[in-house]
Amino acid sequence: MGKTIAEKILSSKSKRNARANDIVIADLDFTMGQDGTSGLAIRAFNEMNAARVFDPARVAMVIDHSAPSPLEGVSALHQQMRNFANNQGINFYDIGDGVCHQLVPEQGHVVPGDLVIGADSHTCTYGAINVFSTGVGSTDLAAGIISGKLWFKVPETIKFVLNGKLSRGVYSKDLILYLIGDITADGATYMAAEYTGQAIADLSIEARFTISNMAIEMGAKCGLMEADDKTIAWVKEHSKKEFEPVKADADAVYAQVLEYDVSSLEPQVAKPHTVDNVAPISAVAGTPIQQGFIGTCTNGRIEDLRIGAEILKGKKIAENTRLIVAPSSRQVMLQALREGLIEIFVESGAAVVTPGCGPCVGTHNGVPSDGENVISTANRNFKGRMGNNKAFVYLGSPATVAASVLTGKLTDPREFIK
Amino acid sequence: MSLTGKVHKFGDDVNTDYIISGRYKFKTLDMRELAKHVMEDLDPEFYSHVTKGDFIVAGKNFGCGSSREQAPLAIINADISAVIAKSFARIFYRNCINTGLPLVECDTDQIDPGDELEVNLKEGILYNKTKGLEIPITPLPPVMLKILSEGGLVEHFKKYGTFNLD
Repeated sequence: MGKTIAEKILSSKSKRNARANDIVIADLDFTMGQDGTSGLAIRAFNEMNAARVFDPARVAMVIDHSAPSPLEGVSALHQQMRNFANNQGINFYDIGDGVCHQLVPEQGHVVPGDLVIGADSHTCTYGAINVFSTGVGSTDLAAGIISGKLWFKVPETIKFVLNGKLSRGVYSKDLILYLIGDITADGATYMAAEYTGQAIADLSIEARFTISNMAIEMGAKCGLMEADDKTIAWVKEHSKKEFEPVKADADAVYAQVLEYDVSSLEPQVAKPHTVDNVAPISAVAGTPIQQGFIGTCTNGRIEDLRIGAEILKGKKIAENTRLIVAPSSRQVMLQALREGLIEIFVESGAAVVTPGCGPCVGTHNGVPSDGENVISTANRNFKGRMGNNKAFVYLGSPATVAASVLTGKLTDPREFIK
Repeated sequence: MSLTGKVHKFGDDVNTDYIISGRYKFKTLDMRELAKHVMEDLDPEFYSHVTKGDFIVAGKNFGCGSSREQAPLAIINADISAVIAKSFARIFYRNCINTGLPLVECDTDQIDPGDELEVNLKEGILYNKTKGLEIPITPLPPVMLKILSEGGLVEHFKKYGTFNLD
């Protein structure tokens, strides 16, 4: 009986013949915390009477959720992280460096076949490059950085076979929103997702990250893809680490196999206030919009900025509409500057802010007002998510956001794409 | 350990932003302070209506969303003794075990707001005293029961310095 990618990675890291539903203690290749979770992790680390992390090179802390600090209390948390990082000699990324899930793969910290935990639920992002990565809480992170290990329940796997070709103006964001709408917010709870098929093979690595990033929005523990030539080339460009990609066996056992043809998919939007409340753009077009946001660990990469800028180039956003753009890292921001994308955004009327998570998670940099509608490239639209529980958040692709801020209402981006 | 209290009932998919909003969790590590805002976006009066030992009871997928451990910690510090739901999101589930917040998976359709419950985790029994009804619960796997019964993962590491679960 064959194994899934999840079973193979957890077998190799626990040195056991691990099968779905077994509980294993496994070795961690990399661990990460951000400024919303590291404070509690450091507190737990101290309470556990630990002195040193297991391996400084395998630990990172990132200040991205409130960066730069908008409040005194947050500044104190940041200071605590800086002190811990200095004392322990771990990898540390300060304000302006970027969003943790952009930095971890971009800086070459993770490679195919790795087992990774992060104290942030969107740690599943690295599944796109064949990494078993999953979100944990602060106490799990503390135990992980002390011992280099964590216990895992080996997940069953749900396999998505995505056939066909996405049409013009339809992106990986639309695809993952559609899948979440189809299987719902808890359709893959406790399970790993594997994404495969021609539609995945056709995507760039950046576009694949968007899909794995949102695996958690269907409840999944990780969102895995096999490594193909594109993956291997991308990883070699970003990391010097040795690696061995992990493939699922042909006779692996899946909890469920779901097949889709993506060819006729139109742009999708998640409506307030849950991510699985998904509709095609045609069903919601015309809804007035006061704010747009392009950024986040889901869609703040260079390709996303290119897609948004292409639509906005030479145009102005609608009156009484705002656009916020947050590149996902310093590198992405520099590249966008070199390509003239930042100039396009600023000229169109956008406010470009520091690489980070602020607007998405409602800490600062764009909290909407009561009763306002927002179209965002983020991964969550829960009530209160952007910092105001009386605002309404819609989720879509960077193209849908760009088109919608030009008209001041939810708009099919294909109207603007030649 | 036997827990007794009254029920505060919620629906399906209660996410971590509802449990404790991002606009509070970044402000402080003072959990008693955060606890005052627990469930605020679903029920602004929630905190003031809790008596020590009460239960949060919900539908499926409780705790979905972010990995914030402030969610179980805020619930603990609001003096809730356990969360009872049809199912839990997995990161929240781990965080409850690790922070020592008991959770119970069972059918919650026959539990109404204000009902008095008695829960015995070791024996695996949930008794609805108001309705005179015993409800079967899904037992916790031994690894999780061990961490929970030791008071959470911090206590486990204090005791052993690493994982000692075999």
